[in-house]
Amino acid sequence: MKEFIVPPIRNGTVIDHIPPGKSVRVLEVLGIPRPGSTSIVSLAMNVETGRGAGRKDIVKIEDRELEREELDRIALIAPGATINIIRNYDVARKHTVDLPDTIEGVVQCQNPDCVTLSEPVASRFQVTSRDPLVIRCDYCRHVLSQEAVA
Amino acid sequence: MTLLDRDVIAVSDLSDDEIQALLRLAREFAGPEGRPTPRNELADRIVACLFFEPSTRTRLSFESAAHRLGARVIGFSSPAATSFAKGETLSDTIRTVSHYADLIVLRHPKDGSARLAAELSEVPVVNAGDGSHSHPTQSLVDFFTIGDERGTTTNNNVVLLGDLRFGRTTHSLATLLSRFGNKVTCVSPPGLEMPEGVIEECARHGRRPDQTNDLVGALADADVLYVTRIQKERFADPAEYLKYAGSYRIDDDILRHAEADLTILHPLPRVGEIDHAVDRRPGAAWFRQARNGVPVRMALLTSILKETPQILTEATR
Repeated sequence: MKEFIVPPIRNGTVIDHIPPGKSVRVLEVLGIPRPGSTSIVSLAMNVETGRGAGRKDIVKIEDRELEREELDRIALIAPGATINIIRNYDVARKHTVDLPDTIEGVVQCQNPDCVTLSEPVASRFQVTSRDPLVIRCDYCRHVLSQEAVA
Repeated sequence: MTLLDRDVIAVSDLSDDEIQALLRLAREFAGPEGRPTPRNELADRIVACLFFEPSTRTRLSFESAAHRLGARVIGFSSPAATSFAKGETLSDTIRTVSHYADLIVLRHPKDGSARLAAELSEVPVVNAGDGSHSHPTQSLVDFFTIGDERGTTTNNNVVLLGDLRFGRTTHSLATLLSRFGNKVTCVSPPGLEMPEGVIEECARHGRRPDQTNDLVGALADADVLYVTRIQKERFADPAEYLKYAGSYRIDDDILRHAEADLTILHPLPRVGEIDHAVDRRPGAAWFRQARNGVPVRMALLTSILKETPQILTEATR
C-alpha cells in the first residue's frame, strides 16, 4: 500500500516538484495563508522524488483552485514545478508553470540603491532571458540571474 | 519625431533621429557664439526643478534654459526645506508637484527614481540624474560637445576614464557613443569597472567597448578623453573611497602619450583628477561642455513642452 507523507486532498491545488526548501517561499509569493482563510494548507519538504533523482517540496492547498496567473508568479522560485488542480480526488487539470514576461512584486531588487526598496512601490522586472534566467529591474535596470532570485 | 509630452529618463528613450534633431535644435539655440538669446517659446509654462542632491551645472543650466525660453521655474535645490525632511516619500512629492508645474526635472539619489516619478507624474519628467543609474541630459550635452569639438559624432575613439561603476554620466554616454558608431575604451581603477549590463547594452546597439587598465596605451589613438571623478558620495564606507581617491591624474606628462589635438572633457566638478595646467591646452573643453548645457536643455524643454516649435521645424529640415 502506498504511504502518503501528506494525505491526498479532495478539492484544491497541488504544487509538485518545488525545489527542496523553497515551499515556504512559494507560499509567501502566493500570499498564502490569506487573512481570514480557513483553507487547509499542507507542506512537505525534502520529499524523495521516487525516481532516485533527489528531493523536492510539495504544497497542497485545500478548497482553493489557484488561477494560472497566480501560479505563474512562482516560476522564478520553482521553474520546474507542476500544478495539479484536484476535483473530487482526481486531477482535473495539470500544467507546468510558465514564466511571464513581466514579474511584479515577487522578488526584491538586489541593488541596495534601487528606489523600489525605499518607496511604496512593488518591484517589477522584465525577463530578458529564460535560459539561463536573467531578469532586469524596470526602475534601476539592475540585472539579476537565477541564483540571485531563487 | 515628436517629444511632445514625453518623459526622458534614459538615452534609450530617444531614437537616433530624435537625438540628432535635438542636437540640431540645440545648435540653433546656441547661435554662433554658443550663448543663447532670450526667447518666449515657453512663456506660459512652469518648470519644476526638484533637486534632492547637490548640483551646480545641471540645476543652474536647466533653470537658465527654462528662463531663456521664457518659462517660470519653481522647485528646490536641497530637500532640507521640504516635506522630504519630515519623512515624505518621493512618490507623494511627485504626485503633488505634478499639479503645480508643466514639467518636472528631477535629481534624486536613488537608482530608478526618475522612472518611478514618470509613472506617478501627471506631467513629463526629465531625469537630471538618478543615483548611479543614468544622467541622459548630461550625455546629450557631452555628445553635442564631442560633435562641436571634433566636427562629427561618429567614428571617434573615445576613452572613458575614472569611476565607471558609479559614474552615471559614463553609463548613458557609453551607450550613446556606441549607438552612433564610436569606439569606446573604458579605463578604470580595479573595482570601479563599467557594469556588465552597460557593456551589454552598448554591444546590443553598436560596438562592444574595450576595457583596460592601461591609460597610456588607450590614449595613443584617442580623439576624446572623458574624465570623471571618484564620487565620494557613492561610497558608504569612507575607507573604500580613500582606496580609490587620487588613483589617476591627468597632467601634461601623461598627455605626452596622446595626440596634440586630443579633446578632453569632464562633466565637472573636478576634484584633483585633472591638473589645472592642462586647462591651457586647446583641447581642454570642459567649460565649453558646461556652457553647452544650456542650449541642449533648451532644445529638450522646448521639444517636450511645445507643439511643433517653429525653430524645431527649421532645424530638422
